Amino acid sequence: MLEQIDLTMVNWARAQFALTAMYHWIFVPLTLGLSFLLAFYETLYYRTGNEEWKRITKFWMGLFAINFAIGVATGIILEFQFGTNWSNYSWMVGDIFGAPLAIEGIFAFFLEATFFAVMLFGWDRVSKKFHLVATWMVAIGSNLSALWILVANGWMQHPVGMQFNPDLARFEMKDIGALILSPVAVGKFTHVTSSSFLLASLFVIGISSWYLLKGRHVEMAKKSIIVAAVFGLVASALVGFTGDESAYSNARFQPMKLAAFEGLYDGETSAGLVAMGVMNHDKQPGDDQDAFLFEVKVPGVLSLLANREAGSFVPGINDLLYGNAEQGVMGVKEKMVQGRIAVNQLAAYKDAKKAGDEVAAKAALAAFVPHQDFIGFGYLNTPEEAVPPVPLVFYSFHIMVILGTMLPMICLLFLFYTYKDTIAKQKWLLGLGMISMFLAHLASQAGWVVAEVGRQPWAIQNLLPVSVARSNLTTGTVQTTFFMFLVLFTILLIAEVGIMLKQINIGPEEN
Amino acid sequence: MFGSLELSQLQELWWLIASVVGSLFLFLTFVQGGQTLLGTVAKTGPEKMLVVNSLGRKWELTFTTLVLFGGALFAAFPKFYATSFGGAYWVWMAILFTFIVQAVSYEFRRKPGNFLGSSVYEFFLFVNGSLGILLIGAAVGTFFTGSNFSLNDYNQVSWQHSLRGLEAAFNPFNVCFGLMLVFLSRILGAMYLTNHIDHELLAVRTRKATLVNLLCLLPFLLYVLYGFATMDGFAVDPATGVIVMEKAKYLHNLLAMPVTAGMLLLGVVLVVAGVVANVFMGKRNGIWFGGLGTVLVGLAIFSIAGYHNTAFYPSKFALQSSLTIYNASSSHYTLTAMSYVALAVPLVLAYIAYVWRAMDARKFSEADLVDADLKKLY
Ligand code: HDD
Ligand code: HEM
Ligand code: HEM
Repeated sequence: MLEQIDLTMVNWARAQFALTAMYHWIFVPLTLGLSFLLAFYETLYYRTGNEEWKRITKFWMGLFAINFAIGVATGIILEFQFGTNWSNYSWMVGDIFGAPLAIEGIFAFFLEATFFAVMLFGWDRVSKKFHLVATWMVAIGSNLSALWILVANGWMQHPVGMQFNPDLARFEMKDIGALILSPVAVGKFTHVTSSSFLLASLFVIGISSWYLLKGRHVEMAKKSIIVAAVFGLVASALVGFTGDESAYSNARFQPMKLAAFEGLYDGETSAGLVAMGVMNHDKQPGDDQDAFLFEVKVPGVLSLLANREAGSFVPGINDLLYGNAEQGVMGVKEKMVQGRIAVNQLAAYKDAKKAGDEVAAKAALAAFVPHQDFIGFGYLNTPEEAVPPVPLVFYSFHIMVILGTMLPMICLLFLFYTYKDTIAKQKWLLGLGMISMFLAHLASQAGWVVAEVGRQPWAIQNLLPVSVARSNLTTGTVQTTFFMFLVLFTILLIAEVGIMLKQINIGPEEN
Repeated sequence: MFGSLELSQLQELWWLIASVVGSLFLFLTFVQGGQTLLGTVAKTGPEKMLVVNSLGRKWELTFTTLVLFGGALFAAFPKFYATSFGGAYWVWMAILFTFIVQAVSYEFRRKPGNFLGSSVYEFFLFVNGSLGILLIGAAVGTFFTGSNFSLNDYNQVSWQHSLRGLEAAFNPFNVCFGLMLVFLSRILGAMYLTNHIDHELLAVRTRKATLVNLLCLLPFLLYVLYGFATMDGFAVDPATGVIVMEKAKYLHNLLAMPVTAGMLLLGVVLVVAGVVANVFMGKRNGIWFGGLGTVLVGLAIFSIAGYHNTAFYPSKFALQSSLTIYNASSSHYTLTAMSYVALAVPLVLAYIAYVWRAMDARKFSEADLVDADLKKLY
């Protein structure tokens, strides 16, 4: 099974997945958050009967629709890419991974798609109440789709509720409840949705700021801002809380990811948290160079955050690679030995089965089972392969967290000055509001880099490295489709941005 | 309830569910068919807007059904998903591309600042409706003509043809199958437009298009039926799982499953009846006959591909690598869990029907093009 793995092909396939996922992720968080803001605005219209709220709803709805279309366009490719580029993965875990994807289709996408048309075109075709329900359904539907896809992703980060079937060479689901209620899945869903609410709030704030700076649509802008700022503020509290939960999950289930995004090479008791720093790019695991050229460290805090216990031990990359008997950490080196046994015994089992030798098959299986949880490590060539690109993960994480403390303040300031009704005069804040809409996107993308790059080389944590998950394709094929996607998605993105800018410039219909 | 079923029963159930979703998709390709008719039936600006906006209210439904079809196959028959998508790479990529460009075309077509200009988006819609459907048809055709792959001990696929799936489009049966779907979708599209839009001139042209496309469909339909009646098929021995070629296998399937044969016949009759109602009787409800007929034909086709000890995704390169619904499926546990999930499907269909009854209570007409939301229209 190890023979002729073409790593350049794997890397192109990774790049392609990253490219398409990151494009998808330009549009999705806005859908997740803006759909709720639309529902809020329309509810205000429904309750007060004030036509101004209807105008506001319709204006943001126009932008929502443009964003939604391209979100759908980029989503379909992700769904089928599991098959096209990661077909071994699809076979080996399809029994588990396919389920949330199918459930997403049944429960979420149809809700979205059906009520989207009502929301957009139903103003004079259905009752006011029905229309309001439709808008809420779009919000619920889109966030449900986030739920299921994140259950799937959470399972890859922390596989639970399944068992290996040696006869078919695949993992099979044993407990769907465990998948859905997995702490990683719950953590992901809450963090992703709340961060998307924040992002969408800042989108509304940013565009409204531009109107205020231009002195156009002033009433609409102010009204939009109030609701968005409150929503953004509430969301950002959740973002911080759930982000902390995510890190706590990482410490338990993906300690290597945690060590990477903290730049922690040597484990420490009472470990400190690096608030910011510049990494030494020459640093390699096992050498004695300093990991940082410069750093600002808050003592003791990492132990507290990672383990919820002051003074506890947080393993670093070196401990995780080479083991730390004192702290009871088993190293990748040792896991590889176990993993090799699993891989070889599985092969022996298959050969014996083929030869019809039941006794030998039974023996091989008995030797396989105790080591099966390490099977993924059996495919690694060196322990160092188990380390993700540290600087990229480190910087992404810190960018996200720094922005995560900054962005709520911006919401708060907007709320404060809108309340005092001097917001239109705070030019500096309006400028900042426009910028923060992009910063939110930066934080959100950085988050995925942490989550996804940080778990490399695993497609399924500890069980399946990306090099085994691939399809049997040539590098050239994957390269070709990579560039096809790059070109196509870039063209569509240019079109989308062009249309958005035009629509923003046109503004809401005047009464 | 489902947990007590045998694995083979669950596998058969899931092939049925996948077939229902796939057949509904075939019906919903009226959107794609309508897209290819844009230049034929709409002559003026407002007519074009009527057609695009009429289709534009439904495109998501079709698209989402395709996504669900993919998801259902992934969950229930992961080996098919892995083998076909990872193997017949180029044909699926080409199909996906036509759907990616479709997804933005409605929303972007008329918006100022759209970078490419509206004719490019209309071209995208045409490509999706023609090439997209043709290739889907060719891919489904390989259920009967076979593909070029082999699987190793770990069930990993190797494709044995350099075109990676596109070679399917060079087999006459597959091509006829694809063209059959293209013309079927155009018939459905024309009947949908007759039904949905209130516009005299358009109705004259869509009615004419219905008839013309039925005439175009006939040769391909006959060729495909002739193929079913005569071609060798991939049979599986239920006791050993060994795949063998059987003479006139699909004819045998039809004879052994009279309900399926009946559905095929009734389906074709209903499609023709829909056209007759639409063209010669001045009715607007042809789409419903045509739609039901299409679903029945789809169900029949999937049935003869998968049931009665047949390999539904055969390999002509390595016969024993062929996929059957028994060796390609998920585990008993997963199929059971997914069966409970599938109980929600009727609920989904119910709210979709409810919503669209409310939305379409009033026919779509030129009055819809002059209201305050003009700028928001597709
Ligand atoms: C449902 C699962 C899922 C979800 C929701 C995402 N990904 Fe992912 N991602 C994968 C499942 C996956 C994958 C298929 O499992 C890959 C391919 C190989 C691998 O290790 O994971 C992957 C790889 C992968 C890589 C390559 C990392 C590397 O090899 O260095 C990046 C950068 C991303 N993803 C980024 C993202 C972003 C920005 C997402 C936000 C939408 C995202 N992923 C969502
Ligand atoms: C690999 C992972 C992913 C796959 C396979 C995937 C698949 C899809 C597909 C097929 C669509 C189009 C659905 C339609 O027919 O309407 C879509 C749209 C959407 N997806 Fe994803 N998606 C992925 C990642 C995500 C993530 C991480 C989220 C949220 C957390 C998300 C949320 C959405 C939403 C809200 C939409 C609606 C359209 C929009 O973007 O505005 N998706 N996705
Ligand atoms: C208080 C600040 C924050 C903390 C402590 C935090 C923490 C984390 C952690 C630890 C992860 C990795 C989870 C994993 O690998 O499983 C993560 C991922 C992520 N973060 Fe944050 N985050 C913060 C702020 C933000 C902000 C402001 C955004 C965007 C607006 C954001 C968006 C994301 C996204 C999209 C992911 C990927 C999904 C996930 O893995 O949960 N985060 N965050």
